[in-house]
Amino acid sequence: MPAAAALSPTDAPREPVYQLSHVSKTYARNAVTALDDVNLTLRKGSFSSVIGSSGCGKSTLLKIMSGMISPTKGRVMLQDKPVMGPRRDIGMMFQQATLFPWRTTLENIVLPIEIRDGKKAAKAAEAQARALMELVGLKGFEDTYANELSGGMAQRASICRMLITEPAVLLLDEPFSALDELSRDFMNMELQRICTSRDATAFLVTHSIPEAVILSDVVYVMKPRPGRVAEVVEIDLPRPRTLDMMTTPKFGALVEHIRSSLDKEAFV
Amino acid sequence: MTLENITDTASEHEGDTVWSEGGGWLDLVPRWAQMLFVFVVFVALWDVVTRFGFVSPIILPSPMETLLDLIFVGKNIFTGGYMLGALWITLQEVFYGFLLALFIGVGLGVIVGETAFGERAIMPYLVAIDTMPKVAFAPLFVAWLGFDIDSKVALAAFIATFPIVVGTAAGLHAADTNSRYLFKTMGATRLQTLLKLKLPMALPQMFTGLKIASVGVMAGAITGEFLGGGKGLGELIRTAASQLNTPRVFSLILYLSIVGLMLFAFVSWVQRRFVFWHKERVHADGE
Repeated sequence: MPAAAALSPTDAPREPVYQLSHVSKTYARNAVTALDDVNLTLRKGSFSSVIGSSGCGKSTLLKIMSGMISPTKGRVMLQDKPVMGPRRDIGMMFQQATLFPWRTTLENIVLPIEIRDGKKAAKAAEAQARALMELVGLKGFEDTYANELSGGMAQRASICRMLITEPAVLLLDEPFSALDELSRDFMNMELQRICTSRDATAFLVTHSIPEAVILSDVVYVMKPRPGRVAEVVEIDLPRPRTLDMMTTPKFGALVEHIRSSLDKEAFV
Repeated sequence: MTLENITDTASEHEGDTVWSEGGGWLDLVPRWAQMLFVFVVFVALWDVVTRFGFVSPIILPSPMETLLDLIFVGKNIFTGGYMLGALWITLQEVFYGFLLALFIGVGLGVIVGETAFGERAIMPYLVAIDTMPKVAFAPLFVAWLGFDIDSKVALAAFIATFPIVVGTAAGLHAADTNSRYLFKTMGATRLQTLLKLKLPMALPQMFTGLKIASVGVMAGAITGEFLGGGKGLGELIRTAASQLNTPRVFSLILYLSIVGLMLFAFVSWVQRRFVFWHKERVHADGE
């Protein structure tokens, strides 16, 4: 994998794609500070994760980053342009595949194109969709209706749907947490492979420390009340990562470090 | 469970712990035979009651009398007699009533289900009207639209509209948070979200409403004829009843129910064509 070298931490830092500076969010209704002075930088081709207990502001952060809500303070810049609403250079993926059962897999994948540029453009994007399906290992399921796909296959399709618009950043909201553990590990490795081959910039929200460590270059540890980034942990495990690495002492130490950092306040 | 499963319980090896999982013998009888059994018992009881004079023939004709009249009416219809004309009138009332209810029902349902104003300001009135005994409006429709088929179409549509409105409005809320979120992040307009997400998601509930409507539209058309004259099957029933021709009433009701059944079956067929994905999904979830 030639692109893997680009992810190596020994290289000079690559250009930032997504930057949040001093971002805060206060919900006026109950005067709750959901996010307090969050700073983060996603560099081109990097994989970052955010981890924290519920109420730490993860979903607020993701909503701000996807242009669904506005911050009350701070700057949100994607590719040097402020994020002020949904943008086509943002790709999203959820815990549920959210495929539409009345559409075939192929039709589901080109849906973002259909919404933005109409049916004709969607038709034209089908070749690209087929290529993506081959990349994620869904070849042959083009005309299968979405409800006939298994959980893992549905998530592969939703990866394709996310990638079809060639977004500058991928926002992943616990994408595989609804899958069983075996499929989850496997899909995480697939995700790494896909991200590497596309040189994608990814941002993952997760509840699982091992998942965050095995996938990421940087892990943001968030804490609640008010929601803030408490620690930024660099993961300097070599690329490409493999599941075997999860048994190494280094991996264990990183997981332990994050766990103890979280434990200090998680159950207050 | 098939016959093979039940009989195939003979042990093959000494010490096998093979045991019968139960399941009554009734599971082996096909469904049609069970239905036929109920029908035969029903007709037999009916025959006994009439044959031994428990009930006057004017109140309840014998099964044989009814069958003969059924054949008579059938012949009249299929040879193009006056009853075919009456059937045609009723079919028109049902058809136009259903069509009208479909357009008004889906239209109102979208307004009520999609707009906050509709839900807050219009829905309460619809619920209020829905709780009224709608057949009581029949004389009004006759007064407004006359004794012709228009007043029957109006009553049929009036009754059938509400379940469609409710089904559509409720169905439009069926789309889950994630799907709506996804459509927002894709930058979908309100119309796109309605057409590509909410309406398809609403189809199962809309069809539930349509099925209820398909039953109501028949009731509306016939009630309209009872109360407002006309030339349909309802009027024939009313005339036969006033002449104490009970076998005729029975056989006309039967033909009427065939019309109703066909409409219901048609709606179900359309549903299977367009909402093919729904049942399969329920099945997959249930596993």
